[in-house]
Order: sequence, then C-alpha cells, then structure tokens
Amino acid sequence: MTDTHLDCDVLSALQEIMGDGYPDLLDTFLTDSEERLSLLHQADDAERLGAAAHSFKGSSSNMGAVRLAALCHELEQHAKQKNLAQIEKLVQNIDSEFAIVRPLYEAERQRALCG
Amino acid sequence: MPSLEPLTILIAEDSAADRMLLSHIVRRQGHEVLTAANGAEAVESFRQQRPHLVLMDAMMPVMDGFEAARQIKLLAGETLVPIIFLTSLSESEALARCLEAGGDDFLAKPYNPVILAAKIKAMDRLRRLQATVLQQRDLIARHHEYLLNEQRVARAVFDKVAHSGCLSAPNIRYLQSPYALFNGDLLLAAFTPAGDMHVLLGDFTGHGLPAAVGAMPLAEVFYGMTAKGYGLPEILREMNAKLKRILPVDMFCCATLLCLSFQRRSVEVWNGAMPDGYLHTIATGERKPLTARHLPLGVLSPQTFDDRTEVFPMAVGDRVFLLSDGVMDTCDSDEQLFGVERLHQVFAANRQPDSLFEEIERALRDFGGEARDDVSMVEVSLLEAAQLSPPAPVYSDSGQSCPLDWSASFEFRAATLKRFNPLPYLLQLLLEVHGLRAQSSALYSVLAELYSNALEHGVLGLNSSLKRDASGFARYYLQRNERLAALQDGYVRVHLQVMPEGKGGCLIVRVEDSGSGFDVARVLERPLDGVRLSGRGISLIRQLGHNASWSDEGRSARVEFFWEALA
Repeated sequence: MTDTHLDCDVLSALQEIMGDGYPDLLDTFLTDSEERLSLLHQADDAERLGAAAHSFKGSSSNMGAVRLAALCHELEQHAKQKNLAQIEKLVQNIDSEFAIVRPLYEAERQRALCG
Repeated sequence: MPSLEPLTILIAEDSAADRMLLSHIVRRQGHEVLTAANGAEAVESFRQQRPHLVLMDAMMPVMDGFEAARQIKLLAGETLVPIIFLTSLSESEALARCLEAGGDDFLAKPYNPVILAAKIKAMDRLRRLQATVLQQRDLIARHHEYLLNEQRVARAVFDKVAHSGCLSAPNIRYLQSPYALFNGDLLLAAFTPAGDMHVLLGDFTGHGLPAAVGAMPLAEVFYGMTAKGYGLPEILREMNAKLKRILPVDMFCCATLLCLSFQRRSVEVWNGAMPDGYLHTIATGERKPLTARHLPLGVLSPQTFDDRTEVFPMAVGDRVFLLSDGVMDTCDSDEQLFGVERLHQVFAANRQPDSLFEEIERALRDFGGEARDDVSMVEVSLLEAAQLSPPAPVYSDSGQSCPLDWSASFEFRAATLKRFNPLPYLLQLLLEVHGLRAQSSALYSVLAELYSNALEHGVLGLNSSLKRDASGFARYYLQRNERLAALQDGYVRVHLQVMPEGKGGCLIVRVEDSGSGFDVARVLERPLDGVRLSGRGISLIRQLGHNASWSDEGRSARVEFFWEALA
C-alpha cells in the first residue's frame, strides 16, 4: 500500500538531507498541503486551478507523494482543457489521496522523532 | 578550477516545504541562503543583499517568477546574476518564457541535490567569467584613457619644442597628420644665424610613444645647433651619436636633412635611408632625385658615421620636395603598394607646382588606399633672401658684462680643418658684444664666406670657376670632400679685434690662409652680382661688410663692422 502512495527511497533521501529538520519538513508539508487543498476548492477559474495544481504537484513530487503528484498533474492538464466533469472528479480524488497519505506522513514523523 | 567559494544564494519559492528542503540542500553545499516566498519579496531581497545567484520558482503569488527575474536582471545591470528556474514545467512554451525573462537554467522537481550542486557550480563559473571579462574591459578602457592622455601630454610638450622652428615660413608647405609624431614622423625647420634654412624630415622606426620619445632629443639637437650656426655635418654627427647612445638597437631614425642657402642659391642634402626627395628645377621642369646615400641616424658608431653631404645649385622659385614612406607604402584593397612609379606619374601630370600636394593626395585616394596617418610631405622653395625675415635671436643677458676692447687670434691647422667647424664658437664669442647682435646674420654670413673661401680656395686650392654650371657645382663639392679628407697641412688664421669708438664700436675681422692666393684686382673688377653661381662669396662680403679688402696676393682678407650707441 505504502509503495503506491509514497516513494520510500525519496523519504529516506529526505531524512538524510534534512537530518534533525526532517520531522519539521514533514510537518510543514502537511500544513502547506492543507492550504493548497483549500486553494483547489476555492479556485473559481481554470487558470487559478491549474496554477494551484501545478504548485501542489511540485511539492508533492519533492516529498515522494507519487500518486498525489500524478493526480495533481492530471488536474493541471484538464484545467488547461477546461474539462469541468473531469476536474470535479480529480479534486475529489486528490482529497481522498491526501486523506490517505496524511496519516502515513504523521506516522513517519512519529517514527523519525522516536527513532 | 579554483575550489568553489561560498556564494550567497537567494531561494524564491512559495511552497514552504520546498523552500525548507531547498534551503537545507543549498546550505549543506556550503552556501549562504536568503529566502523569499514570492516574486516581490525576491526582488526586494535582491535589492538589499545582492546575492550571487537566484533559485526562482516560476509560479508564485503576488509577483510570479518571470517578472521577478526580469526585475532582478535589470537591477544586476552588467553583473551576471545567474537565475535558475525551479520548475516542474514540462511544456516547451513555458520553458521558453523562463529564458525570455532572463533565466539561465532550469532545475526540475523533484530536486536532485547532485544535479543542483553541478548547476550551481557551472553557473558560478559563468558568473566569474563574466566578472573577469568586465574587469578586463574596464582595465583596457582605463589603460586606453591613460594612453590617450599620455599622448596628449607628449604632443603638447613636443609641439612646444617643434614650434620653436620656422615651419610657418612663407617658403615652406607641408602636410602632416596631427598624430604623425606617434607614427614616428618628424618635421623640423629653423633658420641659421646666417639666414640659411635647415629642414629635417625624419621617420623613426616603430610606433606610439617609443617612436615619439626619440623625436625630443633629435629636435633639441637640431634647433640648438642650427641656432648656434653649426653646419649639417656637425649637426648630423651629433644627432647620430645622441640617438646611437640613447636608443635601443632596433630603433633608429631615417632622415633627410637640408640646408637651403638663399644667399648662395644652393641646397645641401644628406639623405639617410629616406625615400628619394626631389629637387624641382622650374626652368627645365626636371625633378632630380635626392637619393639616400647613408644609413639611418642612430645606427652607426660615431667613428664610422658618414656625414658627407651633396650640394646642388638652385634658382629662385626652385623647390625641394621630401616625403615619408607612408606615401609609397599606401596600400589598396588588394594590398598593392602605391609605389614610386605612381608618384612619378603624378609628377609628370603636374602643371601647377602649387597644387602638387593636392594631386598626390587625390592620387592616393583614387588609388583606393586606406587613409594613413603617417603620410608626411614637405616642399621648400628658394626665395630671394630679402623675401624671408628670419626671427631676431633672443638674448637673455643684461649686457652689463659686454666686452668692448679686446682682440684674439686663432690658427686652425689641417687636422682641425678636417673635422671641426670653428664658426659657431667664433660667432658665440662675437655676440657677447651687444652692439654686434643686431647684425648677427650679416656677421655670420661674412664670417662663413671668409672661412670657406680661405679653406676651399686657399687651403684646398679649389677653383671657384668650377661652380659656373650645375654639373661643375656638384664636381666642386665632390673635390672639396676628397681634398679635405686627404689634407695633410695648411692653416686658416682668424684675427678678431673689437674696439670702442665713441658710444659705439668697431670690429675688424682678418682671415688668412696658407693657399696660393688669387688675382685680387681681376676678381674685384667684376661688378657686384647676385645671380652667378660662382664668385658669390666675394660679392656677398663686399655687400654685407665694410671696407672689405684683400692683401698678400689674396691670402689675407679684412672686413670691418661698425655699430652706433645702443638705445
């Protein structure tokens, strides 16, 4: 399950780079992501939606949230084509994907803090 | 490659997690980090802290990365501040926008620390290269400015030296680039105390300041010795010795030196490695080449230097034309030289002697030659002596110590006559007498004639009737040089006597020689005549001096000069 949502190699590389800052980074990502999600919901035109999806894609990919990044990429593409039906479905998918990875990141943070 | 020095790197990224991650990566690579959460913050941070390099997210709120990049590049001016766009942009259009905004490279998300380090290193190399280029450009500009200033100063100093001469005399026309000095071309002219005119056209090897530096001592010798009454051989020897002493071996000066005598109607020439000059006889239209017979000045040691000159007769209106090799060496677009042949064609087509310069210039232009700044030409005409007004010499002493009652006698013997010209010394001595200064030109001319008569007709036994025609004229001076070189004995004596008379005074000059004398009565029977080539000396002496007389069968000449009370 973890492998389809999170790239473990990325996470261990991040921990290596960040050292003691690793739990903080995970925390920051989660806070940041909540903001981005609400931006996705608030976006009232395709352009803003695309930009929000693009940014979310970038940080998700940096954090190894591979499926989340892929869904954001898809959303970015559909926003460009103004494909409304797909957009609504993708935003829902992104919501549920974040609901899945969020506890995984929290668990990872705990592990790192206790590690 | 020098090891990477720590840089200050600005990270502009709106995602807090990405910013945190990137800051960590960059810090771990040893650099200082500044952060900004949007484009406006990034521009402000750049303005205040001038980071070396910027990592810039493209999509940011408030001000996006494209606009921020444009503003930062504007603020950076000539300094290269590399901007690396952080992007997961994949479309070529978006990537092109980054480059248009001034981006220098891209870094894709997810970040790869190894690639980022390599990019920072590459960009830093570029940045240093640009800084070095700017530094060197500024250095070159500074050197150039410095050089121009040096040239201005050198030129101002040299103009002071060169303008002490008489290039503005009515019988001289010349053409020279204002920067000829820095191509080594040199043109000098000055009157001698006797009213003759010395002209030098020189061409130093090399260019720039080194070429100009040698011109200063040369001009000083030329003006100093000409003013004191030295002849061409002494001046040439001194110039050669001085240049030989001070210049490096690969530097020397090609030069033609002229002495134009308006009273004797002749020109004396020494050409050391310059292009042929031309003596233009207006009556016949002939242009006689004045060919180089010597090595340049500053090449030979004083012992081996050859100061022999040639003398040619001139009529009023005849011209001597000299030019630098810049004329013949002018190239057309195919690197063909203008050459002597084309110059001769211009001569042949010339109808108005006064428009020769313009015709040569036009020929050079028509030839398609690149304009050169080392084309120098000078033309000197022979005028009636009265048409010229040599400037009165300036004396700096007050006159309180003027000697008024004395006499002196000199005897110059063979070994001295061969290589020493006593006239400048005698003239300097006589000009201590203030009353004689007003007539220094006449005094010098008479002394010079008496001395050369005593030497050439007396001691050397040369026949002045040789000088009746132009070819004899040349033969005469050839014989003079030969006999002087072979001279074993003989003498010229000069007696000077200065006496006060009332409020003025009187000078008696007597010149004796060891020769066989001449038929005084027959020579003095001739009318005073200014035009014939031969016998001019006697006429001149009788016109310029008082009570000229000859005794001892012509071996002893006597002339008087008088002066009234000084104002």
